[in-house]
Amino acid sequence: MATIRFTANLAKHRETRAIDAAGDTVRGVVEAGLADDPLLRGYVLDDQDRLRKHVNIFIDGAMIADRLRLSDPVAPDADIYVMQALSGG
Amino acid sequence: MENLHVATRKGLFRFTRNGKGWEQAGAPAFLAEPVTAVLDDPRDGTIYIGIQHGHFGCKFHRSTDRGATWQELPTPAYAKSDAPDAPSLEMIWTIAPGGADQPGTIWAGTIPGGLFRSDDRGENWVLNEALWNQPSRPEWFGGGYDHAGIHSIIVDPRDSARMLLGISCAGSWLTTDGGESWQVVGNGMMAEYLPPEKAADPVGQDPHLLHASAAHPDRVWCQHHCGIYVSSDFGGTFTEVKDVKPSNFGFAVVAHPTLPDTAWFAPAVKDECRVPVDGRLVVTRTDDGGKTFRTLSEGLPKGTSYDLIYRHAFVGDGTGRQLAMGSTTGNLWVSDDEGEKWAQLSANLPPIAALAFA
Repeated sequence: MATIRFTANLAKHRETRAIDAAGDTVRGVVEAGLADDPLLRGYVLDDQDRLRKHVNIFIDGAMIADRLRLSDPVAPDADIYVMQALSGG
Repeated sequence: MENLHVATRKGLFRFTRNGKGWEQAGAPAFLAEPVTAVLDDPRDGTIYIGIQHGHFGCKFHRSTDRGATWQELPTPAYAKSDAPDAPSLEMIWTIAPGGADQPGTIWAGTIPGGLFRSDDRGENWVLNEALWNQPSRPEWFGGGYDHAGIHSIIVDPRDSARMLLGISCAGSWLTTDGGESWQVVGNGMMAEYLPPEKAADPVGQDPHLLHASAAHPDRVWCQHHCGIYVSSDFGGTFTEVKDVKPSNFGFAVVAHPTLPDTAWFAPAVKDECRVPVDGRLVVTRTDDGGKTFRTLSEGLPKGTSYDLIYRHAFVGDGTGRQLAMGSTTGNLWVSDDEGEKWAQLSANLPPIAALAFA
């Protein structure tokens, strides 16, 4: 299972404990991990399920390439970080 | 009115009036978060706000205990699409109550141009497809933002199925069947920023704000990007009000709730110079349907001012006696005598987006 961790800046809006979720891609892991909290999901993805413009996701330290479809592959034990971009502030 | 909500770039502030006058009531809610819209629903006292996080998108919150606690609810959301530029909510620009006979119904006007309806006090939202799918939509364009947005929602108090919208930039839109169908109205407006052959096109207009007189809703005042207009037929047609000093440019307008020929404006120089004329912040008032205007400034800054009053930051109460005005510089004033004299409540607020008396 991959682990999703969130920027501390999200904690004042939603509970953001680390979430373990399974999936082969960022899409799979994020959808599985956030399925129980659609409001938290809305802080990460926009109406079209794209990564929000000023949010970044890193997989084991590397920024994802596909912000639209979230198709970047994810290793079974990957650490996925949802971070607030410096843009948009 | 004893309460004034102040939606700012950095939180929702509240002022209350007691025996000593107006005072800030406690710490702001949502400190540091941009609050873009606020509604204190006169039907049931529920407070609704829209937030636009810089990073995490737009959010919608509701308070059923007069602001003591808040609950986050789903935001209005646009339908999913495979189009590369498929829409996503960019701002909740205004939240308006439905009619008195529609308890729990509220409307949200948004950027990029969608009108949403909730019939359960914001628990669920439905996009108004009839407006969203208008054939003219490709011609809609942003006014100050990347995409068009709905900032004015007027529900006719005589018939809740009759509504008038103001859209920047897509003009004025009317429904007489509760949103099942829409027609562009607002004939008579002129857009100087369009080529001459398009200037009179109702869809190309930028009405910065539409505001109707509560007791005489056929009387609608408009502060347009290119001037001041007045309508006597609920927005069907508008007549330009000319020769307005010191300026006919601005964003805000307040229609008197019971005197249809009375309205207040907050002028600025022009679109490319959004500061008070000659550095002197004033309010203008007409009492004769726009034939003449008086300039009101007692209590407003005596020195040079750079304040701009944004479209939702100039409001009146239900009697016409009380007015409140907030600026993008973070100044807040109230008047208890129909705008003749103003008292400054704060000079240190964040930029003010919207006000609401309650």
